Amino acid sequence: MEQEEAGDMTYETVIGLEVHLQLKTKSKVFCGCSTNFGAEPNTQVCPVCLGFPGSLPVLNRDALQLAAKVAIALDCKIAPKIRFDRKNYFYPDLPKAYQISQFGHPLSHHGYLPIFIDGKEKRINITRVHLEEDTGKLFHEKDHSLIDFNRSGTPLLEIVSEPDMSSPDEAHAYLTALKSILEYIDVSDCSMEEGSLRCDANISIRKQGAKELGTKTEIKNMNSFKAVRAALQYEIDRQVDMLESGQRIVQETRLYDAAKDITESMRSKEEAHDYRYFPEPDLVPFDFEKKLLEEIKKQIPELPEPRKNRFIKDYKLSDYDAAIMVSEKGIADYFEECVKAYNKPKIIANWLMGDVSAYMKEQGLTINELGLKVEHLTGMLRMIDAATITGKVAKTLLNNIIKTGTSPEALVKEKGLEQISDTGEIEKAIDSVILENQKMVSDFKGGRDNAIMALMGKVMAKTKGKANPKKVNEILRRKLT
Amino acid sequence: MELNRLSAHELMGLLDKGDISHVDICNSIIDSIDKKDKSLNAIVNFDKGKVLERANAQKGLPVFIKDNICVKDELTTCSSNILKGFRPPYNATVIEKLLNRNAILMGKTNMDEFAFGSSTETSCYGTTKNPWDLERIPGGSSGGSAACVAADEAIWALGSDTGGSVRQPAGLCGVVGLKPTYGRVSRYGLIAFASSLDQIGTLTKDTEDAAILLKIISGHDPMDSTSVDRPVPDYAKLIKKDIKGLKLGIPKEYFIEGMDKEVKQSVLDAIKKLESLGAACENISLPHTEYAVAVYYLVATAEASSNLARFDGVQYGLRSSQAKGVIDMHKKTRGEGFGDEAKRRIILGAFALSSGYYDAYYLRALKVRTLIKKDFEDAFKKYDAIITPTSPTPAFKIGEKTEDPLTMYLCDIFTISANLAGIPGVSMPCGFTKSNLPVGLQILGKAFDEETILRIAYNYEQGTEWSKRKPGI
Amino acid sequence: MSINKDTVKYTAALGRIELSEKEIEHFTGQLDKILDYVHKLKKVDVSKLAPTSHVLEMKNVYRDDKVKPSLPVDEVMKNAPARERNLFKVGKIIE
Repeated sequence: MEQEEAGDMTYETVIGLEVHLQLKTKSKVFCGCSTNFGAEPNTQVCPVCLGFPGSLPVLNRDALQLAAKVAIALDCKIAPKIRFDRKNYFYPDLPKAYQISQFGHPLSHHGYLPIFIDGKEKRINITRVHLEEDTGKLFHEKDHSLIDFNRSGTPLLEIVSEPDMSSPDEAHAYLTALKSILEYIDVSDCSMEEGSLRCDANISIRKQGAKELGTKTEIKNMNSFKAVRAALQYEIDRQVDMLESGQRIVQETRLYDAAKDITESMRSKEEAHDYRYFPEPDLVPFDFEKKLLEEIKKQIPELPEPRKNRFIKDYKLSDYDAAIMVSEKGIADYFEECVKAYNKPKIIANWLMGDVSAYMKEQGLTINELGLKVEHLTGMLRMIDAATITGKVAKTLLNNIIKTGTSPEALVKEKGLEQISDTGEIEKAIDSVILENQKMVSDFKGGRDNAIMALMGKVMAKTKGKANPKKVNEILRRKLT
Repeated sequence: MELNRLSAHELMGLLDKGDISHVDICNSIIDSIDKKDKSLNAIVNFDKGKVLERANAQKGLPVFIKDNICVKDELTTCSSNILKGFRPPYNATVIEKLLNRNAILMGKTNMDEFAFGSSTETSCYGTTKNPWDLERIPGGSSGGSAACVAADEAIWALGSDTGGSVRQPAGLCGVVGLKPTYGRVSRYGLIAFASSLDQIGTLTKDTEDAAILLKIISGHDPMDSTSVDRPVPDYAKLIKKDIKGLKLGIPKEYFIEGMDKEVKQSVLDAIKKLESLGAACENISLPHTEYAVAVYYLVATAEASSNLARFDGVQYGLRSSQAKGVIDMHKKTRGEGFGDEAKRRIILGAFALSSGYYDAYYLRALKVRTLIKKDFEDAFKKYDAIITPTSPTPAFKIGEKTEDPLTMYLCDIFTISANLAGIPGVSMPCGFTKSNLPVGLQILGKAFDEETILRIAYNYEQGTEWSKRKPGI
Repeated sequence: MSINKDTVKYTAALGRIELSEKEIEHFTGQLDKILDYVHKLKKVDVSKLAPTSHVLEMKNVYRDDKVKPSLPVDEVMKNAPARERNLFKVGKIIE
C-alpha cells in the first residue's frame, strides 16, 4: 500500500479505472457502416448511426462475441441473459440523445486481473465488462463546435474495475497488463493515440485505516498510460493538500492537462446525472449457448501470465526476461519460433531484448513488421557459435540482414566478414598494435591488467572486428609476458 | 363512375379488365381532394404534379401515408414543428414494400403530433375534421388517414397504432382499421413513439382491402430486430371462409358504466349477428383491464421521452435561433418545437424513469403489464377472438377534451390493452348513432392470427350494410 | 399532491425543454391529475411479478459483421440546420 505522508497524517489512495475499448469489427455495432479510422468526416454514417428518426439497431454478432472473448479472458462470468439498455443524456456527439449500453443485465461481471508490484501478485477485481456504442467526435473551435459522426456506433467495450488499486503505479501496471491481454486476444487496436483505448479514473484518498471511502473525483482526458500515472499522482497531491488545509473535496469530473501536468475541474453547468436507464425496446435479449462459449474460449491463446510462468519453467529464463518476452504476443511467438530452430533460449532472449528491440524502437516497427526471418536470426547465432563470425560483427550484420532481407550466410560471404582465426594474420596485427601503443604496453607491464582490454580493442579495430577474440587475448598475453 | 369511391380490390378488378387506367384513379382522387380537403384537413403534404408524374410512371394503386412514416426526400414531420422541413434520406421498409408493388405514393396524412392524441387536435397543421360531422374530431392519432379513406379522398392509407391510433379513428370515421401483431410489420422507418407498442396498420374501406394491404406490408425485415420471421399467409383468400363454430369471448370489462348507450347497443347487435353467422359468443372476464390506461401512459411516455430526445436541433429539423450555447439551443429548440401534449408526455415519461421514481412508476407498470398480457393468454386458450366496442363513445366535438388530458387518455380505454399484450386487433363499422355517427366494433385476436379476426370481420361485413355507407361530405 | 412545480422543472430540464412559468403551472396541475389516476396501480400486488418490457419471446437477433454502403455525404448533411464543410455545426458546448 502506497502511503502519502503529510504533516502528522498518513493517507491511503483508492483508485478504480474505467477503460473503454473499441472492438475490431469490420462494421459498426448496430449498423453496416465501416469502422475504418481516418475517413473523411460523415462519410461512414447511415440513418442508424446518425440516429435519424425511424431507424432501428440490429446487433453485430461479432461485436458481442469479441466482447465475450474479452470477458472470458478477464475471468468474468458471462450472464445467462444479456440485455441492452438506453442511457439517456443530451450531448451533441450523441445523435439519439441516448446511448445503447448495458445496465440491468450486462454481458459479464465478477472478473479479475492479476498485476505484479515489486514481484508480488495482486488481484484487481473487475466489476463488469459490457458492450455499448461509441459517440461521434467533437472538434472545438473558438466559438462553436463541429461534429463528425463517423465514430458513432463503433462497438465499444466498457471494462470497469473495482476500486482496488492503491497507487498510480498499480494503475499503470493494471493498464499495462490489461492492454497486453487485449492484444493477445486480438480484439482491438488498443491505440490510445487513435482513441481505440481510453481510460477514466476514479480516485479518492482517506486517512490510513479509515473504513469509509473519501469523496472521489473522476479524472478524464488522459491520453497515455504515462499520463494516467501523472494525473493520478497530481490528483493525490491535490487532494492531500485540500484535506491538510481543512478544505473539502468536491465530487466532480476533472480534466487532465498534460502540458501543464495538472487536473482541472470541468466547471460546466453540470446537470444531475439521472440517466433514466431502461430496457432498449428496439433490441431483443441475448444469451450464449454453452457450445459457443466453449468455442470462444478455444480462440483465446495462452495469456501473458501463464505463458511467462511456462517460459521460466521450460526455457529457464529469469523472471525479468520472461516478463519482457511475453509482454507482446508477437515477440513471445517469435521467441518460441526461434527456440524451435535454435535451442538456446537465453541467447535468443538477449538478442531480442537488445539489438532487435533497439532496432524496432528506432524504426517504430513491431517484430512482425520488422521482417526479420526466424531462420536468419538463428542462422546468425549459429555462425557465432561456430566461430564463423564474431559477436561484434554480428551486431552490424544484423542491421544488414534486416535492411536487405538477405541471409546471414550470403552476407558474410559477400562482405568477407568471416572471423580471422589464422594465427599469422592475428600476430601481424598484434605486432603493429604493440608498436603503436607503447604507453598501454608499459601500463600493462606495470601491473594494470585491464590495459589489455584497450589493446584488444585496438586489435579488433585493426581487423574490423573479425579477429577471433579468444585468440587475440591468448597471443597478446603471450607476447607481453 | 367515381373511382375514388371504390375499394382497392374493386379497382384491381376494373384495372385487370382494362376498363380504367391508374391515371384515371389518381385523377379521381385528386378531384376529391380538391373538393373536400379544404374542409377536412386530412392531408398535410400533397403535390399534385408529383403524384401525376408517378401515376404515369408506375402501374399501381395510390396510397396515403401517415406523416410519421419516412419517405425518402419527402417531408416527414409527424405533424410537429420540431421536424419542420425534414426530408428523410431513406424509405421506411413498408414504403419499399409498397413501391415493390408499384404503389403510387400520394402524400402524407395529418396526425396528432408524434401520434400523441386521440383526436388529431395536437397536429401543428390544425385539426382534421370528421367527414361525418365537420364539428367533430376524426379520432386519432391516425385521424388524417382514417378521414381521407372515409371521405373517399383515398383508396387506402397507412397509419400507426401505439394505443389504438389506427383502430379508434377507424371506428369514429366508419372505416376498417387493422393493427397487426407486434412484430408482423417492420417498424423500420416508422418514427418511434413507444417502441415496444408501435405497429404500422392499415386504414381501408373494407376487410378484403385490409387483408390485401396487410399482406403487402408484412414480413420479416432484417433491419428491425423485433420483426418476426414467419410466413405471411394469403389473408385475402383465407378470410372468406365462414365462421361457424368459432368461439368468441365478450369481456364484461368492456361494457362499462358511462359508455354511450347507442354504442353499446350497436355492439350488442353485432354480437347477435355474429352468433347468427355461426359463432359461439360467451361472456368472459379480462380482470386487469382497469389498469391498462395507467400502465400504458407510464410505459408509452417513458419510451417516448427517450425516443423524442433526438430532436435536439443538431442534425435536422427545427433549431431555435434564439439560443446561446448548446444546452440553451436544446432547451429552446424543444420548448419552441414541441406542442403541449408532446411536452406533457416527455415530462411524464422522464418522471416515470427518473431516479427515485423508476420502481414506483415505470417498473410497477411493466409488472402490471405482465398481468394484462396474461389475461389475454388465458382467454385465448379457450376463445378464438374477443369482441368489444372500439371506443366508449362516438366522435366528440372538437375542443371538448383538449384541456383535460386525462379524459382524452380515457378515450383509448378499449384499444390500449392490445398494444400492451402485442396482439392484433381490427375495428370496423357496426352501426350508426341517431345523429349519424359511426360506431366501431373491435375484434381482438391471438398473436399472429390476423387471419381469424379478419375472417370474422369479413363475414360480419358481408352480412351487414354498415361498410357501404358514405358520409355526406 | 403527486407532483409539484419543482419536480416538473427538474424533469423538464432532464428532457431539455424550456417551459414558461405559465406552462409549469399548467402542466403541474394536469400531470398531478394524471398521476393520481395512475396511482390505481398501487392496488396491485406486484411482488411476485416479472416485468414485461417486451411482448415478443424472441432472442439472439443478429446481423453479420458485413460492411454495407453508407449514405452519400450530401444526403447526410442536407437536413443540417447549420454546417461547416461536411461537419454539423453547433454553438459552444461548455458555457
